[in-house]
Amino acid sequence: MTINFKLNDKAVSLDIDPKTPLLEALRNDFELNGPKFGCGLAQCGACSVLLEGEAVRSCVIPVAAVNGLNVTTLEGLGNQQNPHVLQLAFIEEQAMQCGYCSNGMIINAAALLSRNQTPEKKDIDKALAANLCRCGAHPRIVRAIQRAAKSLTKDVT
Amino acid sequence: MSSTRRQFLQGSGALVAYFSLPASVLAQYTSPNPGQTKELRGNTSLDTWIRVEAGGLIVISVGKVEFGQGIRTALAQIAAEELDISMSRVRMAEVDTAHSPDESYTFSAMSVQQSGTRVRKAAAYARQVLLAHAAKTLNLPTAELSVVNGSILHNGQPTGIDYWEILEGKDFDRVVPDDVTAKPLEQYQVIGQSVPRLDIPDKVFAKTSYLADQRMPDMAHARVVRGSSPDARLLEVDTSTVAAMRGVLKVVRDGSFLAVVAEREMQATQAAAKLAESCRWQAKKTFPDASRVSEWLKSAKSQTYPVAERLSLSEKAAVKVHSAQYSRPFLAHASIAPSAAIALWNGKVLTVWSHGQGMYPLRGAIAHTLGLKQQQVRCVHSESGGVYGHNGADDAACDAAAIAMQLPNRPIKLQWSRADEFRGEPYGSAMMVSTRAGLDSQGRIADWQQDIWSCTHSTRPGGAAGAGNLLYAQQKQKPLSVPPPRVIPQPIGGADRNAVPLYDIPALKINKHIVLEAPLRVSALRSLGAYANIFAIESFMDELAVASAVDPFEFRLAHLSDQRARRVLERLREVSAWGQIPTYGTGKGWGIGFAKYKNLSAYCAVFVSLSVDQKNGQVTLDKTHAVIDAGLVVNPDGVRAQIEGGIVQSASWTLKEQVKFGSLGVRSTDWMSYPILGFSEVPELDVEIIERRDQPWLGVAEAAQGPTAAAIANAIFRASGKRLRDIPLTALKILSAVKDPQFA
Repeated sequence: MTINFKLNDKAVSLDIDPKTPLLEALRNDFELNGPKFGCGLAQCGACSVLLEGEAVRSCVIPVAAVNGLNVTTLEGLGNQQNPHVLQLAFIEEQAMQCGYCSNGMIINAAALLSRNQTPEKKDIDKALAANLCRCGAHPRIVRAIQRAAKSLTKDVT
Repeated sequence: MSSTRRQFLQGSGALVAYFSLPASVLAQYTSPNPGQTKELRGNTSLDTWIRVEAGGLIVISVGKVEFGQGIRTALAQIAAEELDISMSRVRMAEVDTAHSPDESYTFSAMSVQQSGTRVRKAAAYARQVLLAHAAKTLNLPTAELSVVNGSILHNGQPTGIDYWEILEGKDFDRVVPDDVTAKPLEQYQVIGQSVPRLDIPDKVFAKTSYLADQRMPDMAHARVVRGSSPDARLLEVDTSTVAAMRGVLKVVRDGSFLAVVAEREMQATQAAAKLAESCRWQAKKTFPDASRVSEWLKSAKSQTYPVAERLSLSEKAAVKVHSAQYSRPFLAHASIAPSAAIALWNGKVLTVWSHGQGMYPLRGAIAHTLGLKQQQVRCVHSESGGVYGHNGADDAACDAAAIAMQLPNRPIKLQWSRADEFRGEPYGSAMMVSTRAGLDSQGRIADWQQDIWSCTHSTRPGGAAGAGNLLYAQQKQKPLSVPPPRVIPQPIGGADRNAVPLYDIPALKINKHIVLEAPLRVSALRSLGAYANIFAIESFMDELAVASAVDPFEFRLAHLSDQRARRVLERLREVSAWGQIPTYGTGKGWGIGFAKYKNLSAYCAVFVSLSVDQKNGQVTLDKTHAVIDAGLVVNPDGVRAQIEGGIVQSASWTLKEQVKFGSLGVRSTDWMSYPILGFSEVPELDVEIIERRDQPWLGVAEAAQGPTAAAIANAIFRASGKRLRDIPLTALKILSAVKDPQFA
């Protein structure tokens, strides 16, 4: 079955078993590294991507479900030349240890910042409640998101 | 242990630690100037460590691997410092048995001490060689030359030549001598700076960073199928149905080892699920009652080893005797990234990409298991999630290797599922620690007895000798024999790591009892036995302080003559707001925990303040302070990150975690059945470093695990009035203690 969707602002088309998890299509067919396999059970958040701007778990979404929709991965959020404020903030705060969960943290934070540009700590805790970090980088991740939020509001004013 | 190795200083009153380590290992801890360590672990050739590369780069090759601890940034700093080059000129080579120095495992918070010391020596020597060449080229005395970012200066003026012109990588084929003079501390510019981690930009921009990001032409996908516990025997399976499924390349069965390879990943997952349906397994072991593991440890068949003894036990008159028992359950490493590996057999050489902690030991183990010569196996490190000790990485590497041998010339990417990892990884052993102490009439500790029950803390598959520890080696048709439990002797210790209190105690006797057959797979989890021993000792110190009616800071300081230890505790008292927190049964409390890791490494003291909800027993961590003295610090932010992470992970172990198992095997298979600490549960963290540039650098990665656990238990006691001694300190346990007036 052919699936057509927008991936990181580019129209793409893929002939694939429609039941294939979106995560596998992104990693194996489009060779993207952003979303990670962590549990395959929508429990840890490492595989998060933005679907129409909302953070979703790509490990449990069949690729057919994104037909006609917009998917954004960490790669689409920004790159070295044109980084997203969250990517910069994660570097500035050194907000990771192994970094395997960082994709999920940044994607879910991006979704949060798109609806709330001045999140308090409790808003961040809530937005990342189902994102697991095993290294204990939580306080740095929160700081990075707050830093990114601050730079966003500064840009606006 | 042979009695000849014991130094039993009878009657002297001196502490007797039973050890049988080579002097060189001890020297790494005790050498006042680690730059003068004599050994490069057999890798004496300079070009093993350092290569001058065209384009203005210097490549540093080490045997220690990155798993998020920032070690490669710290090692790059050391090289940059000694070579007088900027960080941007340093490249860290991947760890590959084809060319890297063999530095064994990346473990035990030893990488700065071991690899850092070796890199310092090699880099200092490389600079010396380069400068000698420059002197010759310029026909000037070496003493008048200096180096700035690789450019050679003469009396401070440019000479027009640099490292890359001088050498182009030649002449490093020489032995690093023993007497290399490293840069004096006063001249440090890079060491001691919080240089940003080298790997973070690639990770946030999703460049190729992890093993999972490696894609090779013609790569096939594999999955393994295991029973509900990894030692289950496969009695029956229908492989023919699955072999005929679309995309399936091969079903691999060897004894109880079962795997499937397919063209596409989903085909492999579906085929594995189908295989699993037709499997009939027989569990080999019976499991003890998970809720009574500590009692089981005491009753299981074990071997007793003396740990330490100061004689004249109970000679001094103890007027008050206090005793207690502490325990911890089996704990999982539970990396966010389930183990994975890639393997390729080309008919001559087997290449294995792995995120394990030691590429050389892995190579030996895989070669032995598969009946290959060591030279036929190449192991290449590729990073994945944090490992926190010996998790499933080595097992997955050998699984992938065994599968690849069946499909020559196709790279095989094996991905363990979440359940594969939770069921298959070797856990940190459950432990029981029983303590008994006498207080004299002045309220000082007169004597101390301690007994430790534990399974082994080390089943690493290092080389041929340890190969039988690999899952595949145990499952295959002709299994390798499983090595007997490894007992790591003092002073480093395994189950008895940090079993000897650092406090001044006149009489003391400590034994460990190592259970001969573990009910579950076990191995090294961050800090090994230190977590439970420090939890026990530091909880018990608090209990003794209460019994003596002395403040817990004061009680510890009164028994502590180690000046660096005293300073860490005194500083913690200054930075924490302990005096302002209401205490004893008010629902709010604070507690402290302290240790010098392994009694040889970094000093770490942790303060925790928290609240206990008396209605439901729920603990809210409010604030933690840590003070650390790790000697000379290479990267302060790296040290802070390790301590912060250690505190959060230890808090998670202490409050929530426990591997669940029953007659049907391991029941912790996902994040619902093995919950860990989340964002809303993480306290504010504050880490202060007491820097001592004149002292040897010490590893910090495991220093916070034990002190944090004790600080939490001590704070819960002050908040709720109840002393909890059995980890995890769950809301349910706290609630039933609060409701039970008899609970003490």
